[in-house]
Amino acid sequence: MARTITVDCLTRVEGEGALTIRFDGDSVRDVKLRIFEPPRFFEGLLRGRALEEAPDITARICGICPVAYQMSACHALEDAVGIHVGEPLRTLRRLLYCGEWISSHCLHMFMLHAPDFLGYPDAISMAQEHAELVRRGLRMKQVGNAILSTIGGREIHPVNVKVGGFYRVPAAGELKALLPELIRARDAALETMNEFSRLNFPDFERDYEFVALRHPQEYPFCEGRLVSSKGLDIEVHDFERAFQEEQVPHSTALHSVIKGRGAYVCGPLARVNLNFDKLRPLAREAAVSAGFSVPCHNPFRSILARALEVIQVIDEAIEIIESWAPPAYASVQIPHKAAIGFSCTEAPRGILYHRYEVDGDGLIQDANIVPPTSQNQKSIETDLFDIAARLAAMPHEEAVLLAEQTVRNYDPCISCSTHFLKLGIKRE
Amino acid sequence: MGDHQCPKLAVWKFASCDGCQLSLLDCEDELLALAGEVSIAHFPEASRAMAPPPYDLSLVEGSITTARDAERIHEVRKHSKTLVTIGACATAGGIQALRNYRDVKEFTSIVYARPDYIDTLATSTAIADHVPVDMELRGCPIDKHQLLELISAVINGRQPNIATHSVCVECKLRGTVCVMVAHGQPCLGPVTQAGCGAICPGCDRGCYGCFGPQDTPNTDSLGKVWLQADRQPDELRRVFHNFNAAAEPFSEAGSKYGQDDHS
Repeated sequence: MARTITVDCLTRVEGEGALTIRFDGDSVRDVKLRIFEPPRFFEGLLRGRALEEAPDITARICGICPVAYQMSACHALEDAVGIHVGEPLRTLRRLLYCGEWISSHCLHMFMLHAPDFLGYPDAISMAQEHAELVRRGLRMKQVGNAILSTIGGREIHPVNVKVGGFYRVPAAGELKALLPELIRARDAALETMNEFSRLNFPDFERDYEFVALRHPQEYPFCEGRLVSSKGLDIEVHDFERAFQEEQVPHSTALHSVIKGRGAYVCGPLARVNLNFDKLRPLAREAAVSAGFSVPCHNPFRSILARALEVIQVIDEAIEIIESWAPPAYASVQIPHKAAIGFSCTEAPRGILYHRYEVDGDGLIQDANIVPPTSQNQKSIETDLFDIAARLAAMPHEEAVLLAEQTVRNYDPCISCSTHFLKLGIKRE
Repeated sequence: MGDHQCPKLAVWKFASCDGCQLSLLDCEDELLALAGEVSIAHFPEASRAMAPPPYDLSLVEGSITTARDAERIHEVRKHSKTLVTIGACATAGGIQALRNYRDVKEFTSIVYARPDYIDTLATSTAIADHVPVDMELRGCPIDKHQLLELISAVINGRQPNIATHSVCVECKLRGTVCVMVAHGQPCLGPVTQAGCGAICPGCDRGCYGCFGPQDTPNTDSLGKVWLQADRQPDELRRVFHNFNAAAEPFSEAGSKYGQDDHS
């Protein structure tokens, strides 16, 4: 019997798009994650702008992870002109990034993803029966925002990041004031890891190719080589040689693939799988006691990867602040010369690649930006394709929920990748 | 979400980065209290639950850049008792309004191999260019305290207390030494509306105008000061043609200092 399931809007994702699953009888014919958020043409409007403007302009690509754009822009432009900011500015950048990971991951875990597992339309209604969980999540998210506003001036689109470092470095006292709340949040994060490990995870696995940065000493933020679980190991400047962006008619976001191989996954689950050994001891112990181990190929368990990363970055933030001694300078000089620069940093949702070509006057001639969600889009579609047989056998409302949850596993930031998600499951 | 007797709040998104609606979720201390005062009837980024129209208060984020959105905003207006635009995209077209000074076809072909798949208008325009707007909140992004003040004012039937004077007043209030007078840093503070808390001068940098033009901006006078300080006309054009490029005083001021075309 022909059957059509349609939901107007895929919710609790950042930005807007649509999803269509078409069945021939019980078998899946076609899965499309349609992204029709209006394009904003950042790569075009960056042409002719001063390189010093790039961190402020590219931050506006995404209100949830502006620091990621600022970090990738700064590193790519510093790479172009041959500058390293060095310590301790490098460490201050890590601390700022810790703030964004805490804030962004807590937003997703508690407000967007957990309601799927616990069966609520949103975090506010979830708070009626899980008040402690929601309040804890909001308070953890707040400490991430406190780091962002202390260093950056405000949480969304911080104003203190510049190519070459910062406009102003915070005094030791300003950062130390964050410690009591961070120490409390570290306990809350450990408790959250345990609590989330007891959620009911759908039994689903796929043979993904995970891609993340890998750094010889650290859990990756802004530096390292690009590696994958299937043997990719390249310098960041070879990104465009290994990966390819493709345009598809149903999306204003470009799809990325590994040349010759196809879809891949970036983000917390990829990072944890590829860098488990670089996690801080506290995070590794928390994983063991929560029964989380790698390799993990279940995308629904990505909420645990996020929980683990929150422990990681809170613990790192505490260490950075405890030993913070502000330098006498806030930034290093950026010379102007014709050059090309590349960078890839780990945004909360995965690798964020920037390439800039600048001229001798410091004006941007060309820019290429590849956000994490457009890299994951093909894998989201493949997950849906694989889970669709299960959906076909389920009652309508349950099928829609599971399809939505499958998308939300990736914490897709559709605004980044360009975007309205409308969910329609068509059965013919 | 909330009592049905409460005023119904809706949040709408057009072309934007999501940052302004995120400001609502960033009200960590107030969010649950707020949810007790209003019924969150339509907020797709936060909830699957959606209540049908009409809505007492609609917060509109983003600018109009497609034919479909130009129609959709009329639907939103029709269903909203009070419509408030939030953020530079909704109030002035946002950073994406830089396309208004350029050839959008060129932009599309820079980003997309098949521009024919892309549906976009030649301009990015403010919501008020399409429908009547009751109130606006400036900023890229908006300030969450101003957002709470506005919601509180609307549900209590009073005017919100939102300043329209310049950022300079905020520097004086916070005791920040003038970065332009004391350090020769170019600053848009004198012509920019307050609301951010003068965070850029607070970080030892000049204001870059993300709250848009203040009530009575003297952009010519400020331009002269910048030029006297050896800043180039091109730089002045760029700072005015930025996050509020299509706000009239900034649009006109920027165009006095050169063309945005870049070949």
